[in-house]
Amino acid sequence: MNFDDLIQGFPDLTTTGLAQGSIYALVALGYTLVYGVLRLINFAHSEVFMFGSFAALWTWGIMGYDSNSGRPDLGMALLLILVALVVAALFSGGVAVVLETVAYRPLRKRNAPPLAFLISAIGASFVLAEAMGAVTERRQKGIPSILPNEPLFSAGGWTITPLQLTTFVVALGVMFALDWFVAKTRFGRGIRAVAQDADTAALMGVNKGRVIALVFLLGGLLAGVAGVFFNLKQGNTRFNVGFLIGIKAFSAAVLGGIGNLRGALVGGLLLGLVEAYGAALFGSNWTNVIAFVVLLVLLMFRPTGLLGESLGRARA
Amino acid sequence: MTTDTIKKQRRGLHLGNRFRALPKSARIAALIAFVVLLYVLPVKGFYENLGLPIPAGDGYLPLYTTRSDMANVLFQCGYYILLALGLNVVLGYAGLLDLGFFGFFAVGAYTVALLTSPDSKLITEYNWLESPWPWLVTVPIAVALAMLSGVLLGWPTLRLRGDYLAIVTLGFAEIIRIVAKNQDWILNGDRGIPSVAHPPGTWSDGSPIFGIIDWSPYYWLVLTVIILVIFLIRNLANSRVGRAWVAIREDEDAAELMGVSTFKFKLWAFAIGAAIGGLSGSLWAGQANFVNSATFSLENSILVLAAVVLGGAGSIGGAILGGFLVIYVPEWLRSVGDVFGWPDSVEVFGVHIDVSPTSLRFVIFGALLIVVMIYRPQGLWPNRRRAAELKDRQKEVAPVE
Repeated sequence: MNFDDLIQGFPDLTTTGLAQGSIYALVALGYTLVYGVLRLINFAHSEVFMFGSFAALWTWGIMGYDSNSGRPDLGMALLLILVALVVAALFSGGVAVVLETVAYRPLRKRNAPPLAFLISAIGASFVLAEAMGAVTERRQKGIPSILPNEPLFSAGGWTITPLQLTTFVVALGVMFALDWFVAKTRFGRGIRAVAQDADTAALMGVNKGRVIALVFLLGGLLAGVAGVFFNLKQGNTRFNVGFLIGIKAFSAAVLGGIGNLRGALVGGLLLGLVEAYGAALFGSNWTNVIAFVVLLVLLMFRPTGLLGESLGRARA
Repeated sequence: MTTDTIKKQRRGLHLGNRFRALPKSARIAALIAFVVLLYVLPVKGFYENLGLPIPAGDGYLPLYTTRSDMANVLFQCGYYILLALGLNVVLGYAGLLDLGFFGFFAVGAYTVALLTSPDSKLITEYNWLESPWPWLVTVPIAVALAMLSGVLLGWPTLRLRGDYLAIVTLGFAEIIRIVAKNQDWILNGDRGIPSVAHPPGTWSDGSPIFGIIDWSPYYWLVLTVIILVIFLIRNLANSRVGRAWVAIREDEDAAELMGVSTFKFKLWAFAIGAAIGGLSGSLWAGQANFVNSATFSLENSILVLAAVVLGGAGSIGGAILGGFLVIYVPEWLRSVGDVFGWPDSVEVFGVHIDVSPTSLRFVIFGALLIVVMIYRPQGLWPNRRRAAELKDRQKEVAPVE
């Protein structure tokens, strides 16, 4: 136990924790959306995220930036991030939709039991991760350094780096957009209807197949965005990075109440903070234990997560 | 039964029904012959005399895993089959989704390692033990400890349902792995525990049966254990406990209302599953000689889960088939490359891609999982009762797309 580190580093820990938490939250939203509609743990979502991370890497490569090139100026940096965000989001979204068509749709047509979906998801996860492993020769790939590490501004011990700021702004922006999309638009109403009662929604004229594809697309888009920020934060990526992030993000979704969009946001940020504080208290190699212990304890007292499950019931 | 279904049954092969129609003596004889066959599997000569065409050169044998020692592969299959049998009790009978089953395997393996290794800190630092214990004595302790950890995990968590239980069990396995990796007081972290004892026994010439050159005795040992465990599980499944499990799996609330003490029986399922997992771990530790945390990664738990569902949840035969396939298929795929002249790598847009079967074996295996789930969601060798339930389920829907 090292309380000095925690107290002295508190501002830094909070900002890094929130930045990491935003990445968890973005991925967690993908789990929660699919779970809310299909009651299915989309085990392969972590690989969708990993594909987003590589899409960003390749985009930067095509634009002439690899891990050896110097840091671009601010305008170029923003352009690089923007293009990577768009490309990675679209790529991940595409992968997610293909995944749904190949691995889940045939099972839904046959009304397979839930376990069959889970195994199919595990199979898809193997295929995606190992295929990427074969393409990248299972090597760790370096990420070009794009944003400066110096703090942007500091006030009373609180500092924030450009990367953390961009991560917050984009992550929160994307999440509010999603919240609005699900709560206010026609498509969003379709999603909520299917989440509440798929068969009744279908009778009311909602195209169930399209709604499910849309849900996977949305989850994929968010995972792609998360992939870009993961790259920038981590400085490298590998074909198996999805696994750990996926587990963390799924835990975050459960923590907040799976199937609940705002729950995923709260759960993600909370998990990021808990990890950061926990790492300072007990040492960084205990991070994952702390995250899981918090999850276990919380589930003892609130068995359906912090905010409870509800994609269908409340206003998302 | 309508004429339609009878016709359908005639059309298929229905090996199961044909087998059951045989007289009892013939069935027993067939089973004995099959068991004998299982015992000769690691012998290389068996594959040479199978009568299957053997391609010249490269030393490839049909069904034999040329790239890795066959007896070792079979031993791995063996302890995965044990794990699958244990998880089958938890998932197949009681319907509890456990994503961290390898945690119990770790408990079993570490118990054996700590008690039998002369380098264990229990001896070198804490002086709790005078000298290392023999392997055989530690196995029951390992099983008991695994069972205890199953109860300890189950007690607070079994009130959770479905997917929440899944994430909690997953967290448990991860915690065990990370604790084993990080802490230095007993388990030695990443450095692990070396010189774990082997099972006892010597050949007539004085050399140990369970040595380090020939893996076959380990396979025979694990095969024998599997046969014993099958008897245990079969009897349990046909007893009051087994019926309670099925009732819980089908509808927990209804079972509770009919007077089944659901919590108690779920805890039993957890404990028995954990005990079998621990047994598997102790057998593995006896062969591996060295135990550290790297073995207990989460992927292994997932693989065991895949084994159970691939084979058919709730069926002993299915668990065995599944446990065998998840290890054997990837290993076998490694050795077929030599035969069919599969290229080792290709270039696409100037990118060098490694397409050797060794590299792609999990891609193929994953695709196989998807295909099997699409065409046989009940698993390859399903429990008859469950297969019937699933058939009803398929008929129920008119998919609205």
